[in-house]
Amino acid sequence: MTSPLGKDLLGLERLTAEQITLILDTAEPLKEISERAIKKVPTLRGATIVNLFFEASTRTRISFEFAEKRMSADTVNVATAGSSVTKGETLVDTARNLEAMKIDMVVIRHGSSGAAQFLADRIESNVINAGDGTHEHPTQGLLDLLTLRQRWGTLKGKKVCICGDVLHSRVARSNIWGLQKMGAQVAVCGPRSLLPNAISDMGVTVFDRIEPAIEWADALNVLRLQLERMQAGYIPSLREYNRVFGVTSERLKRAREDILILHPGPMNRGVEIDSDVADGPHSVILDQVTNGVAVRMAVLYLLSGNSPRLAEAAAGGT
Amino acid sequence: MSPSQSVVLTARALERTLSRMADEIVEQNDGTDGLILVGIQRRGVQVAQRLAAVIATREGVEVPRGALDITLYRDDLQTVGPRPVVGRTEIPLTIDGMNVVIVDDVLFTGRTVRAALNELADFGRPSRVRLAVVIDRGGRELPIQPDVVGKHVEAERGDRVDVFVQEIDGRDEVILDTGKRA
Repeated sequence: MTSPLGKDLLGLERLTAEQITLILDTAEPLKEISERAIKKVPTLRGATIVNLFFEASTRTRISFEFAEKRMSADTVNVATAGSSVTKGETLVDTARNLEAMKIDMVVIRHGSSGAAQFLADRIESNVINAGDGTHEHPTQGLLDLLTLRQRWGTLKGKKVCICGDVLHSRVARSNIWGLQKMGAQVAVCGPRSLLPNAISDMGVTVFDRIEPAIEWADALNVLRLQLERMQAGYIPSLREYNRVFGVTSERLKRAREDILILHPGPMNRGVEIDSDVADGPHSVILDQVTNGVAVRMAVLYLLSGNSPRLAEAAAGGT
Repeated sequence: MSPSQSVVLTARALERTLSRMADEIVEQNDGTDGLILVGIQRRGVQVAQRLAAVIATREGVEVPRGALDITLYRDDLQTVGPRPVVGRTEIPLTIDGMNVVIVDDVLFTGRTVRAALNELADFGRPSRVRLAVVIDRGGRELPIQPDVVGKHVEAERGDRVDVFVQEIDGRDEVILDTGKRA
């Protein structure tokens, strides 16, 4: 009994284009469930899912929770932000405790890259990475792909530029791998201090200025500029960043007419993106949020085909 | 065609059967008021479309149609391994107080219809739900019976009954395959 995705969803780097397509194709019909009078299907009735968030998150956690509840799973939220226990130890302990409680899936957000993998190697339940350090945030990457595919029909040959703090961004990494596997051309744009040194090894075009990036792109995925980056000395000031790299309606005049603007949220209006762009006709930011629930429902559904506990029940039943 | 296969309905016979089914649906509903045909993915959707076309010609009324994909309501999901592909569910209007006719190609165990009834309930409360199937092959595992039947087929448990439709299969035909009989 195997799921076409395997046991876990840890990142898009390891998925094939076929696997990504399967997730997107599954997510598409699931969107309708959220439009119903009763927004629920019984598919994951009896499955227990733990949302293990070691890092603050509102949007992703709520989105996962909606997805789980709309599939009728039982959910438990564990928020451990601010825990003083050493991270490595906590995770091993947590893994053992979770296993002992007979759960089916874990959704984990953690500040350390590789934390989801670490957990997946140690428990039998399905593990879904909801963001690990600066490594990957696969469901965000998938919802971005779904949003773009809905608008374009295909991702093949399309040009997507990821703008901003690529260095610290797991969203950027998941996007780059996902988009490239689906045949899109990917570029990044931002201050050199916020781009990884080896970024061109990932096969992406690098723009040092936002204007040519805007002219080149079919879509811009504008990353959130974390305010602590300024304190850490990566950029001189937020105003300076907005002046040089901000996506403004003035700059968008040079873009193709049907350019799409994405943002993973939460937005710093007036820093990386201006309000009239975020709320303007090119923005698909709210589509991303809607698609996020559908993509997560699809991942839950597909991974649940590879639940060891359910496999056991099935073996006993025949 | 292999020797274990036999034709249950030819294209012409299927057309006649669908016409009669359409008439029966309208007759049982005492007209087309409040009627909505909901096909079960995949071939039930095509059958519902054909029935609606017949009703449109005879009654001059476009009866609304919907589609149900029951995958997420299956009672065997925990045991089937790799997740089946999920199709589209589309219920174009509120079904509260409507007369819903669930349409499918083949009625066998009744489990698909059970799932469809559960799914339908999540969309609202129809005043009446009926069931129309092209083939009733017997073998029910749940207390479910059809209101409109195209044709009864005596099939054994391991047999296959397939309704082929032009839109998906490139031909109209109903085939019984008894190849698995001992």
